[in-house]
Amino acid sequence: MIPVIDAAASLPSLEIDPGLAARWLEAFLRDELVSRRGTPNAVVGLSGGVDSAVTAFLCARALGPKRVWAIRMPYRTSSPASLSDAQRVVDALGCNVATIDISETVDGYLRQEPNADARRRGNVMARTRMLVLFDQSVKFDALPIGTGNKTERLLGYFTWHADDSPPLNPLGDLFKTQVWALARYLGVPMEIVDKAPSADLEADQTDEADLGISYAKADAILASMLLGYDDEQIAARGFALSEVSLVRKRVDGTHWKRHLPTTAMLSNTAINEFYLRPVDY
Amino acid sequence: MKLAILQFKPRKGDVDANLAVLGEAFAQLAAEGESYDLIVLPEAALTGYFLEGAVYELAQDAETFAARVAKLWRERSAKRPVDLVAGFYENASGTYYNSAMYLRVLPEGHEIVHVHRKLFLATYGVFDEERFLSRGRRLQAFDTRFGRMAILICEDAWHAIMPTIAAIKGARALIIPSASPGRGLAGNGELESVRYWREILHAYAVEHGVYIFYAGLAGFEGGKGMTGSSRVVDPRGQTLAEGPEIGACIIRAEIDFREVDLARASLPLLGDLASVLPDLLLDDELLPALKRDALGVRST
Repeated sequence: MIPVIDAAASLPSLEIDPGLAARWLEAFLRDELVSRRGTPNAVVGLSGGVDSAVTAFLCARALGPKRVWAIRMPYRTSSPASLSDAQRVVDALGCNVATIDISETVDGYLRQEPNADARRRGNVMARTRMLVLFDQSVKFDALPIGTGNKTERLLGYFTWHADDSPPLNPLGDLFKTQVWALARYLGVPMEIVDKAPSADLEADQTDEADLGISYAKADAILASMLLGYDDEQIAARGFALSEVSLVRKRVDGTHWKRHLPTTAMLSNTAINEFYLRPVDY
Repeated sequence: MKLAILQFKPRKGDVDANLAVLGEAFAQLAAEGESYDLIVLPEAALTGYFLEGAVYELAQDAETFAARVAKLWRERSAKRPVDLVAGFYENASGTYYNSAMYLRVLPEGHEIVHVHRKLFLATYGVFDEERFLSRGRRLQAFDTRFGRMAILICEDAWHAIMPTIAAIKGARALIIPSASPGRGLAGNGELESVRYWREILHAYAVEHGVYIFYAGLAGFEGGKGMTGSSRVVDPRGQTLAEGPEIGACIIRAEIDFREVDLARASLPLLGDLASVLPDLLLDDELLPALKRDALGVRST
């Protein structure tokens, strides 16, 4: 018998070299903050989750920990573990930290909207954190750094003009599973890497329960989808057709969320249609 | 499309013995439940590569070669249809070529779909092909039941213009039967000649968005070790399988030609090339440069 070798399938790889990714993102942060914008200080909203932890680690490596302000913004229903996990990051990095409770701000508004459902309440919290973060950035002569990853951006699993609002986003082209790989490389405390990801806007909330699919599956499906494979081709790689269509539906329903507001074009000098300048011009 | 690459190790000059071994390999493939669509064999598969003057004794005309291989497959496969590519030394009425054939084997009979004759006859260092063989004159792409393909034999594929022309002529897969004696020990556990193959095949696949089916001859020929290393590269440049440097093997692969469309959609270099190439070829400096002793004369 002649020995047989079976070929692999043509699968998009989610593997990253985390050392290379870290080096590249540190260079990106230094270039944007120091060279281009002349503001070598960063504020990061530290939630206790892995995305903001990785972002804080990258900022500390790029700028030095003393130029990083970690802002913890608990609401009265936030899990206490979120606060203590955020503290682990501060302790590991030796960066600056400020804790600003958003309960009064959020509740001050929501008292006038007693019937707001969980989704509205969550959006108000996210947008309040955005407000705090931008104000703190002025206080510390710093720029707010975004923490959104590629998976949540593609699935539209974020509050528009809140989580996505900071001018710089180092993780926006990394799938969640890739952020985990980077977190392990950077030495983010394992309690943070290993816990179930959660927006922590409601008690016992987890991302994967909200989304209806695990990040591992969602990332693999998204990676194929972005390369143009159709649902059946993707399903043939070991996913239920219902999982593939769940993911596609979320992506197709949220293209608007990945853009600036739609502006009516009325002239042949319309900004970003006719009048075009690069962001770094 | 279900592909098998047969990394074959022939006994020098013994066509009958090699056909017997090939018959066993065919039987092994046919014994699997699923039918194969395309089986690819290396350059000079049934004779060995270094033949010197014995090439005149062992070369066969295309029809004779086709009939023997087709009959062997039919006998060993219960007459399943299959497409086969194999390298052979061809005697075309007294002109001798290093050729490779794309053969369609049917339950009764067969059809020669295409014969490619090697254009770039390796004749340097250890190689002496042009002393014994004539070179082919055309590089053609041809239609198969799985889409358009082209064959390049060994050194044909060391010239980047060859895969370029094949792809422009519509090939979606490049079939490369090869016989590559291994050399160069400086590379980190991989022979330098193998590394070179790996790098150029990766580059061709990516640039043109084509599949590469590379079948390497295996075994030692008078101290020269043929490096096998058969491989399947997808149109984005991913190596899907790689055979060992030493010894025979069968590589099995499931090929989906929609990958070609997707790869070309995300990296449309072939379309760009087809648009720009006429300007480069019609450049009025090109022909004079070719007519000069281009490699030695300094342009003034």
